[in-house]
Order: sequence, then C-alpha cells, then structure tokens
Amino acid sequence: MKGRINFWNGDIAAAEGAIYAGCNFFAGYPITPASDIAEHLALRMPQEDGVFVQMEDELASMAAILGASWGGAKAMTATSGPGFSLMQENIGLGAITETPCVVVDVQRAGPSTGMPTLVGQGDIMQARWGSHGDYETIAISPSSPQESFDLIVRAFNLSEKYRVPVIFLMDECVAHMSERVVVPPKEGMPIVERLLPDGPPDKYLPFKPVNDIAPMATAGMGYKVHVTGLTHNERGYPDTTSTETQEWLVKRICDKIRNNEKKIRDIEEYEMEDAEIAVVSFGITARSAKAAVKTARKKGQRVGLIRLKTIWPFPSSYFEKVSEDIKKFMVAEINYGQIKFEVERSVHGKAEVELLPKFGGAVHKPEEIYKKIKGVKNGV
Amino acid sequence: MGFAIEEKEAQVHGNIFIIKDRCKECGFCIEFCPEGVLRKSEKFNSKGYHPPELVETETKKCIACGFCSMICPDFAIFVEKEENEGKD
Amino acid sequence: MEYEAEYHPMDKYLRADRIPHIWCPGCGLGIVLDSFLHAIDELGIGMDDLAVVSGIGCTGRIAGYVDCDSYHTTHGRAIPFATGLKLANPKMKVVVISGDGDLFAIGGNHLIHAARRNIDITVIGVNNYNYGMTGGQQGPTTPLGAKTTTSPYGNIEHPFNLCHVAHASGAVYVARWTVLHAVRLKNSIKEALEKNGFSFVEVIAACPTTYGRRNKMPTGLDEMRYYREHSTVRHGIDPSQADIEIGKDIVVGKFIDIEKPTYSDAFEELRKRAKE
Repeated sequence: MKGRINFWNGDIAAAEGAIYAGCNFFAGYPITPASDIAEHLALRMPQEDGVFVQMEDELASMAAILGASWGGAKAMTATSGPGFSLMQENIGLGAITETPCVVVDVQRAGPSTGMPTLVGQGDIMQARWGSHGDYETIAISPSSPQESFDLIVRAFNLSEKYRVPVIFLMDECVAHMSERVVVPPKEGMPIVERLLPDGPPDKYLPFKPVNDIAPMATAGMGYKVHVTGLTHNERGYPDTTSTETQEWLVKRICDKIRNNEKKIRDIEEYEMEDAEIAVVSFGITARSAKAAVKTARKKGQRVGLIRLKTIWPFPSSYFEKVSEDIKKFMVAEINYGQIKFEVERSVHGKAEVELLPKFGGAVHKPEEIYKKIKGVKNGV
Repeated sequence: MGFAIEEKEAQVHGNIFIIKDRCKECGFCIEFCPEGVLRKSEKFNSKGYHPPELVETETKKCIACGFCSMICPDFAIFVEKEENEGKD
Repeated sequence: MEYEAEYHPMDKYLRADRIPHIWCPGCGLGIVLDSFLHAIDELGIGMDDLAVVSGIGCTGRIAGYVDCDSYHTTHGRAIPFATGLKLANPKMKVVVISGDGDLFAIGGNHLIHAARRNIDITVIGVNNYNYGMTGGQQGPTTPLGAKTTTSPYGNIEHPFNLCHVAHASGAVYVARWTVLHAVRLKNSIKEALEKNGFSFVEVIAACPTTYGRRNKMPTGLDEMRYYREHSTVRHGIDPSQADIEIGKDIVVGKFIDIEKPTYSDAFEELRKRAKE
C-alpha cells in the first residue's frame, strides 16, 4: 500500500501490520467481524509473495498455520469467538510443540453464536485457558487501529522470540472503526526472527533450551526434527510414561512465559501517580474509561487508568504493587467478569475490586463509567 | 561343477540375515517365502519370541527374491545375493 | 547361509534407536513403513527434502520412526497441517501417513477439501477397519456386520469406500493395495510421490489384536492369508465399483491416474496477476 498515512479500520491495520512484521502465510475461515482481515490478505498476500488460503474450517486454519510455521513461514489466522473455540485443540498443539504463530481473535458478543456483528470482550479467559492441560499464551489487546498495526508487529515478535502462539485479542469495535494509521518506514520498527540452530544436525536437540528458548529447525533445514503433540523429551521423541519428562516439559513451556512476564508486560498508566482509585480496562472500553478518568480528574478525584495492552501473562505482580496505594480497582470490561477475577486474585484482598460490566453488543459510555467513579466515597 | 547342470548355474542364491531381537514371531516370512526355506526356530529371542531359521535342502534354497524382507513388518530379516561361485 | 545381523539396510532411513517399534506382532504397519522407505530409496528422495505428517492412531506413529522432518499432529488434522507446510515450503516432499479414522472420520472434511483443491501432497491411508490404538472401536471403514467393541452386535453402518471418496473429491491418483502386495504397494507409492497433485494410496493392513481377533482372524497371518485368497487386481476400474464387503473379494489396483493443475500451479499464476 502506498503512502505512510492511511485511514484504515482495525482489521485492515492488523492485516497490514502483519505484513510489515513479515507474515507471509495466512490461512483462515470467514467469520464476522474478522472476515475483513482474510479478505484484505487475499488481496495482499499474493502481492507480497506470501500465501493466502481459505481453509474449510477453523480447525484446518489453525492446523495449517502450525504447518506453515514448521515450513519456515511467519503464519497467522484470524477469527472470532465461535472459531476461536474450534481452534483451541490445535492451540494446545502449538503450545506443546512451541510453534510461533499469531491467532487474531476479534471478539464479539457470546457465548456461542451470540451477536455476530457486535462487540464483546468475553474471550479473555479462553485466550489463557481455552485448551486443556497446562500451558501459557501471550495475549495482546489493541485499543485503536494504530495499535492494531503496531501491536500486531509486537505479537509476531513475541511469538518468534518465545516460540509460542500469541493471541491478538481485538474487539469488534476496534476492528471496525476507522482512524489514522501511520505506517513506519521499513526499518522503523524492530522485527524479531526465531532463533535458528547453528550446530551440526547430529548434535541438535530440538527442545533443549538456550536461555529459556530452544532454537527451532524447520522443515528442509537438514535437521530432521520429529515434532509431536505427545509429551516429549529434548530430542522430540515421545516419552509418555515418564513423570520426570512431563514435569520438565510442562514447567519449561510455562516458565518461559511466567519468568519473563515483566519483559512481556505492556501497560499504559494514565494519571496514576497519586491515584487512589484505578479504573482497569483494555481494548475499546479503555477509551471510554480514559474519557471518564479525565472528567473525574477535572472534578478533583484522584483516579487513574490502568490500560492493559498485554492481557496474558497477567501482570499480577504489577497489581500487587499498585494495590499498596490504590484503594479501589474498577474493572470496566464488556463481559460479566473476567479480568476482574484476575485483578482480585492479584491484590490479595488489599483493595476493593468492583466490576463495571457491559454484557455484549454495546460499548461503555464515558458517562456511565464516570458516574461509577463519582459514586465512590472518599476514603473507601 | 562347471557347466554340468545349467539350471543351477543360472540360479541366484541368497544369504539370510536375521536381527533376532527385532522379531515378533508374526510368521509372515515363513508363510510367504516362495521356496519355503524358512521355519520357526526353537530358539528364543530376548522378548521370548521364536525367530525364523533357514532350512535349505538339496532342492530348496533361498533364491534371494527378498520377499521375506519386504513382508517383514519389523525390519528383522534381509537378504543379500550370494557371490556366485564357480561361474567361470 | 543364515547369519545374525544387528542392522538392517533400511535403518539408514529410520530412527533406528527407536526400533523395535511399538506395533503388535502381525500388524501390517511395519510393512507399510518398509514399502514407503523402499519407495523413497528407489526414487532417490533426500531425507532432508522429505516431511512426513501424521495424525493420531497406530498409523500416526509412523512419523516417529522415519528419520526426516516429521510431524505427529492432532487427530484428524494432519492434512491441513501438511497443506500449510507444503504451501509455505514448496520444495519439501510432503507425505501424510495416517489411519482410516484419522483421515476419514474426524479428518474427513479436511481430506475432501485438500483433494478438491488438488494440494500437492501424497496421502497414504492405512485402513485396518477399526480404531486400533484405542482398543478396536468401529470406524468409518468397518465392514457391515463386523464385530468391534462399539458394535458388539455387528456393525450396522455402511462403510466408506476410501478410494471412491478420494476420487469423488478430486484426487488425481488413487490406488489400493493390501500389505501382502508389498512390492506393488511400493510401486504405487512411488507413482503417487512422483505425481503432481493430491495422490491417495489406500493400504488394507492387518490388525489382529483389535480387529482380526474379533472377526475370526486372530493372528496377522490369518488376515494375510485372507488377503492372499480374497484379493482381486483390477486396474483402471471406477473406484465406486470397489466397495469392501465381508464375503466379497477386496478389489485392489491402480484406479485413477489423471492430470490436473495443482493448487500451487494456480496460486503461482495468481501471484503473477496480482503483481501486475
């Protein structure tokens, strides 16, 4: 696309951001409100020497991007709630095989078929716990089309660095709103590539970490790697009866994220310096929340905004620290309580946590949030 | 020897190689050998299976067709063509 | 003369440190593996250029024994994984080796679409008439009337004719052999590997432990003898005429061998147009 300044919606911006990040493989299935991403990439991928293929369902889409990643590509798919549910099994496969890839979930009101064309933010927990067993993902939430571009580049970088599926948690509002998006020049943003092995094939252990992450040999590089969804050892061979191997594997795939939470964490603080009340939000809701906080500040309340740009790994230690000064957290989300539970868990009862929910289909109005902030008595 | 019996001259024979600890006593090589020169041995391997053994007679010898190797599911048997003695 | 040996000539293509493999005595899978490796050997395909993708089941374990880049994926999803792999890395020879349930039940939808698209992969579908790994439940190819653990009164569902499904979906090469036809199987695999487009080889394999045992063929040898007595070679027939039924001969042979542009061919052409 020509020109550095564009007027794009979040879906287009995310698609272009993916291309900027080096994504050269997209497999997807149509679903509102994510179809725009597939449609845009159907046009753009061939122009960029990439691959676009519309698969027969979301299970196939997720399997295909794992296969493409093992073929050496930077791969992505895009879906919404119902499709995200279908992808969970293969997200688990991606987690245990440590396959870099990006899964865009443009959240809409659920559960089930729900409100296909309207906003929701109810896939938060699913992005972390959707598949069975113990594993960790990284989930990122943009609040604007510009962030849909910038943060998807970060999503690719994190997935390549940590060898993990990264969930790009958009919501329908951010996806379908159009704003100014500035595309940086070619070297404007750092792009991370996966760590490749450099030694001889016979000495290579495909799942032996070097500083937390194992170098990844993809198909045709001559390393002849066996990759399996079964519990496996460093060699990649199935080892399904050893509790030691299971412990080693589970700890490794979880700790590589848990131990790097502070590096992965991306939070925007607004007016938090002397705040007593903190509104916690993300995605489209954070924009209403910010307006509400501005109004409240003008009226003299000591309130700030914590905007989560990474949702997972959840920044528990950040909330624990902040709860030393914050007396009340007000969590604004378009669901019946998901981030709210994480905040509660993290503050260990040191502060009050209140949910300001919307249930799907509509965005919080700034006045609605402001009214709740106003209602908080001093010294609470 | 020499040129006395032409048929025997032209016939290729084989040596059988058995990796006995891989054998699972399925019986396929024995059953499907076209010359019938294999049979179950009395010996045991480390898993308790009876590997095959070669039983050649005057009239029946391994002809190195390699079918035992193709039909063995366990990579436990293979054939090499015998160096032809007395061809000259 | 008989000699003892420690290594097999095909070990060079195997992860020999994992042999003996896990399959039962009399299981046909070792023969499928052997025929496949002979095909690779005779075609001179480099092991660095080969990728084997499998699903879940006894057949799925084949991926763990071939010494190449191999991917043991989730149940039914080997084919879309292979599609992604092939399209992202066209120079790889991508082969899917999986079982009847993995490919045609849970994975059925993916098979018919990959065939429809004519993705350039070879699929070796091992058909042992049941779900062996999980103990012998009925599957989409269990013959009518056969006994399995979930059809103790005899299977009442009509089975798929896998060659027919593959052909109807658009496969450009369709063949069926039993594991007894090891040499002809190897030759068909060679042809399938050389074929551009979606090639499918069905292999009827013995499964004495869970299928044969419940259906009057308690050993692998019983099943192999059955194949010897009851196989008919009929090249070139319409696959729809080759249904498998208890009491009828198993029809084997090379059924379909046609030419059609592959998905990759069309996509390359599309790329050229997109850049204009």
